[in-house]
Amino acid sequence: MNLDMKLVASRGGVTALALVFLALAGMPVGLNPRMLIDPIFSLGYLSLLWIPLVMGGMMSQRVELEGIESEGGGVGEVVAGGLVGLFGGLGLSALVLLVDNFDLRDPLVNWSPQLVEFLSFGRGIGFGLLLWPLIGAGLGAFGAAVRLLPSKVKKPLLAATLTVLGFAIFETFIVDVLEPLENLYANTGGLTVTAAIVLAVLSAGLSAAGAGRQVGKARSSYQLSTGAAHTRQTALLIGGSAAFLIILPMITGKITQELLANIGIFLLLALGLNIVVGLAGILDLGYVAFFAVGGYTTAVLTSPNRGPNFDFLPVLDGRFGWLIAVGISILMAALAGLFIGAPVIRMRGDYLAIVTLGFGEIIRLLFLSDWLNGWFNGAQGITNIPPADFGFAQVKGTDPRAVFYLVLVLAAISIYVSWRLENSRLGRAWMAIREDESVAEAMGINTVNVKLMAFVVGAVLASFAGSVFAAKVGSIFPTSFLILVSIIILVIVIVGGMGNILGVIAGSVVLVGVLGGPKQPGLLQEFSEYKLLIYGALLVWMMLKRPEGLIPNVRRSRELHQEEFLQDAWLRGEVDRDEAASETEAAANGPAPATGGAS
Amino acid sequence: MSRLLDINKLSVTFGGLHALKDLDFHVDEGEIVGVIGPNGAGKTTFFNMISGMVAPTSGEINFEGQSLIGLDPNQVTQRGIARTFQNVRLFANMTILENVMVSQHCRTNANVFKTLLNSTGFRSEEQEIRERAIEILGFFGSRLVGYRLDQPASVLSYANRRRLEIARAMATQPKLILLDEPVAGMNPKESAELTGLISLLRSEWGFTIVMIEHDMGVVRNVSDRVVCLDHGETLAQGSFEEVSTNPEVIEAYLGRPLEKRS
Repeated sequence: MNLDMKLVASRGGVTALALVFLALAGMPVGLNPRMLIDPIFSLGYLSLLWIPLVMGGMMSQRVELEGIESEGGGVGEVVAGGLVGLFGGLGLSALVLLVDNFDLRDPLVNWSPQLVEFLSFGRGIGFGLLLWPLIGAGLGAFGAAVRLLPSKVKKPLLAATLTVLGFAIFETFIVDVLEPLENLYANTGGLTVTAAIVLAVLSAGLSAAGAGRQVGKARSSYQLSTGAAHTRQTALLIGGSAAFLIILPMITGKITQELLANIGIFLLLALGLNIVVGLAGILDLGYVAFFAVGGYTTAVLTSPNRGPNFDFLPVLDGRFGWLIAVGISILMAALAGLFIGAPVIRMRGDYLAIVTLGFGEIIRLLFLSDWLNGWFNGAQGITNIPPADFGFAQVKGTDPRAVFYLVLVLAAISIYVSWRLENSRLGRAWMAIREDESVAEAMGINTVNVKLMAFVVGAVLASFAGSVFAAKVGSIFPTSFLILVSIIILVIVIVGGMGNILGVIAGSVVLVGVLGGPKQPGLLQEFSEYKLLIYGALLVWMMLKRPEGLIPNVRRSRELHQEEFLQDAWLRGEVDRDEAASETEAAANGPAPATGGAS
Repeated sequence: MSRLLDINKLSVTFGGLHALKDLDFHVDEGEIVGVIGPNGAGKTTFFNMISGMVAPTSGEINFEGQSLIGLDPNQVTQRGIARTFQNVRLFANMTILENVMVSQHCRTNANVFKTLLNSTGFRSEEQEIRERAIEILGFFGSRLVGYRLDQPASVLSYANRRRLEIARAMATQPKLILLDEPVAGMNPKESAELTGLISLLRSEWGFTIVMIEHDMGVVRNVSDRVVCLDHGETLAQGSFEEVSTNPEVIEAYLGRPLEKRS
């Protein structure tokens, strides 16, 4: 047993810092009223306790080689995990002492007696001071030990924990989908103890029975299938998910429908940005501008409350008015794309990103300005936007299901556009530009035109989202189009997996669905106050651990893991080996004798 | 033989440095011209200028009687001049087939609408691009075709990357190909083979070729004419034998004999 004390100390320090930071960010106290398992375990405690568990777990994981991690060891790792947790616990104890004895409430809002009470479990300071190091050490050791367990024990344990937590956290969603499940929950929103035990046993049993293995088997058989069988299975998969998406909002309640509609709107935006960032490699930080153009165009064309200067235009609030407005929005967005793109596109890399950032704000400020007040009503915005009327159905905010169906159709169109373009002359040119812009230009690609095209296609897709947004919300204000929206769409694309349509879908579901959009609540309503904190942490973690995103694009991950990719290709015997051998020889006597003939 | 490329009094300065000074150069149709010269002589700058990546300070570049001055690199490629790069610059994460397909960009014209409608025109053009790419790759024997087509360019050996660069240049359907050290880093067997291929590029595909090369064996075997540059100026020009025995060329490469120096 040999302990790497340096590693223990640094990990322990990180644990303590993370715990203290979260405590001072107000997370535990703020989330304490929300019970997970009534009455013993609240979300507030969960927000702290996962840290020593995870950090302890990391101690039993060693990096053998780049990309190969072995889990192993024994007592030593458990002790190390325990020590790391102990450090974390000591950090919290120290915080309790400090908060109790000094008053720093002025800069630190959460430096409060409530924090002390929370951290001492309401039983006096001494209790908390003693208990936290013990809890930390226990969880750290447990985290380390769990990794060392054989997978037969580990998997059911993990399944049980995740199921109970999932059911407890997503209470609103689950009750919304299936009313009778309400019985599982107590008034505070947490699971009752009985329900928790039943769920844990059930899921552990299912996992032990090998439910996970079946899913894994089905997946690998799909991935390994080829030719006609693969096409058939893909068609089945797409048909199945389409049917699922059509049926889903019928059986769920309003909350879920609203959620799905929001996911859909952000998915539309993310699909558009994916073309710009993921395929063409243009980092656009002002993408919200096109969302705003789409929204405002639709609003101006259909609402009677638009700025008086637009009175020369008829109000398109009748049947199919919205569809006509969408057509004009597409034109306006394409024009905006050209107008913004033309000066911006000649720049490269960081410069381009900064300029797009500026243009994103300029567009918003134009809508806000007094100068254009007669057109867009400035800060008052445009209200009374009528629902989108299709004759057989009306799409409006009070009917999130209809919004969702509309978004579904538009998302299908966007996905078709992305998929077609990616595998075309234009898509290849985008790829080439992303790889090496000057070479792409030397190979005869008009980089300015091609990049501008990416900008315009992206703008058009964003305008879809803007039009739906206008009809859904019924009013539109400059504050709906803050820079934050651009950033969140970008995070969706990055976290999901740049350049991959499935990745973008996953990103929107995870970020907007679970965490929530800039103003839209997600499944984790309790966390809405800390949404941006979680977004940031998630982004940092993804960049460190999985920069290619949740569901990566094959090429992107190749770019990011070139070394490993080449290693694998070499192991499979796909790198030309005989020539590689002669290469060393060539390098030795190749380029040197420049004077051979001249001497 | 008609004049394909005609360069008069071409100069470029970077700050105070004359990278090229009053250079005169010409290529006739169907010629293979070798450009030699010690390191830093301005050979690659010369190529960059023809292909539009660097703008000359003064002088004229005429291709088929029309000036290339002020054109962007893609417009130069469109006119019919393709190039390879000394430090191989493939699109490493695109497949070998895609590398060659994307280079046909300026010879094809499927736009967004045709692509989205999946029109017959679009599909037949895609088919043509693919077939032409495979035909071009087939020029290098079995090395770049078959299972290789769908592998990323990054798995290729160094020699094969050089071959793929040439294939990519061929795919732009040029009249003139500029090869920047095509056999650098290859072993003698490979460079002998490529020398044969360069001759074939002219006889079978009808390309005119200007080639920068340090391997004098290759230069001797394929060039009709050799131009030696030094310090941005033409030092000598003529057949390989004339240039290689020119005392000034030998001096530029090897330095002056000791006794003459003082």
